Amino acid sequence: MFRFDSVTFLDILRVPSLTIESGRITSLLGASGSGKTTLLRMLNKMVSPTLGEIFYKDRPLREIDSVLHRREVLMLSQTPVMFEGSVRDNLLAGLRFRKEVYPEDAVLSAMLERVRLDKPLSEPVEKLSGGEKQRLALGRVLLLDAPVYLMDEPSSSLDEDTATAVIDRITACVREKNKTLVLVTHSGAVANKYSDDIVEIRNKVAERRGV
Amino acid sequence: MNGVRELTILQVALAYVFVLIVLAIVRARGIRREKEILLASVRMTIQLVLVGYLLVYVFENPNPFITVGIIILMEVFAVFTVFRKFKGRLSGALKRVIAVSISSGTLLCLFYFLLVVVRISPWYDPQYFIPIAGMIVGNSMTGISLGVKSLTDGMTVQKASVEEALILGAAPQEAVRDILNTTFDSAIMPTINSMLGMGIVFLPGMMTGQILSGTLPTTAIAYQIAIMLGIFGSVALCVILTIQLGIRTFFNKEQQLR
Repeated sequence: MFRFDSVTFLDILRVPSLTIESGRITSLLGASGSGKTTLLRMLNKMVSPTLGEIFYKDRPLREIDSVLHRREVLMLSQTPVMFEGSVRDNLLAGLRFRKEVYPEDAVLSAMLERVRLDKPLSEPVEKLSGGEKQRLALGRVLLLDAPVYLMDEPSSSLDEDTATAVIDRITACVREKNKTLVLVTHSGAVANKYSDDIVEIRNKVAERRGV
Repeated sequence: MNGVRELTILQVALAYVFVLIVLAIVRARGIRREKEILLASVRMTIQLVLVGYLLVYVFENPNPFITVGIIILMEVFAVFTVFRKFKGRLSGALKRVIAVSISSGTLLCLFYFLLVVVRISPWYDPQYFIPIAGMIVGNSMTGISLGVKSLTDGMTVQKASVEEALILGAAPQEAVRDILNTTFDSAIMPTINSMLGMGIVFLPGMMTGQILSGTLPTTAIAYQIAIMLGIFGSVALCVILTIQLGIRTFFNKEQQLR
């Protein structure tokens, strides 16, 4: 799905050679500040490598339209960013930006249930806690039903029980629909439990490691 | 109508009594602003006297090169006034956008106003060209300053939202839609407000000047309406150009935030 060929990003990260397989769950492990997020942002073209080339389905990323690529390779940011308005407005934000049709409220409510967020759709987002915002942001990207997901510490501000439940559901959904998931985590346990492949960043170099 | 009542130097000097009174008050109250008040009064006097003589010369010797030279000076001054206001906060690309927007927006409106609305002849008649150019360029400069402030502030404060919108698959123009609407609003609102209050809250300077110099109020009003619409058009055009071209300077060709 993704192939890195001698990629460098400033003096932050080097990826000499790396393949991320389609239809699998790949965990990205590394200490905080090691460049995990940077690697993720290269995958959805939010940043481009300083040197080297990244291929997506064998096409160089720089030849692919960034906006269309980001719709296909959808990222969940580590810190949930909320837009002004209600829970519903935020769930629909992605569709609004893409000018696509909105689903019915029943679909939205089902999504809230899936991410274990027990709030009415009309609730103003500023009343949500950090963990609730994170689950809402997750619901927002799941609603867009992308073939490839990039998730940056999706459970960082959730308690352990909710975190496990949420990651269980995400990974189950990814497997069921044969999607591709790249999951950033600092927890070796999470990486071992859920992933097919593990990429580790050490001393600014990203390399595949045995599971 | 009465002719103009000429002011003698003595009469003008009597108006400085206002400055003396204010100076006395600030000194008595210990507000240390004497220097600024004096400097402003003296500069205003010298600048206007020089401009007065310059205009007399220019009006008596109409010449297309002088008219064009003056409008170029005005444009350059307007552009650099905006640059100075945002010292160190504008990228080179945004500066170029500002320069292009101010000059093309104001010139387009100015020539339409002079040649199609007022229909001056010759086209470079300085008596019309210079004061009208001054009003159009001056107001557009203020509008662009407000617009640039709102745009740069918006892109700083709402950077996270813009970035999140891009991540969710928004095209750059969708990601910044709210910022652009706010920017247009804040840049154009003062002009709209001044149209709303015109004739009730205040009598505009150009109209007052014409009336004082003996023009029929109805003629003065016709001019005022026309120039107000011209100013509105120019401010709006300059701001739209700045916004549409300016927002691109915040993204690179891979639709990433710079």
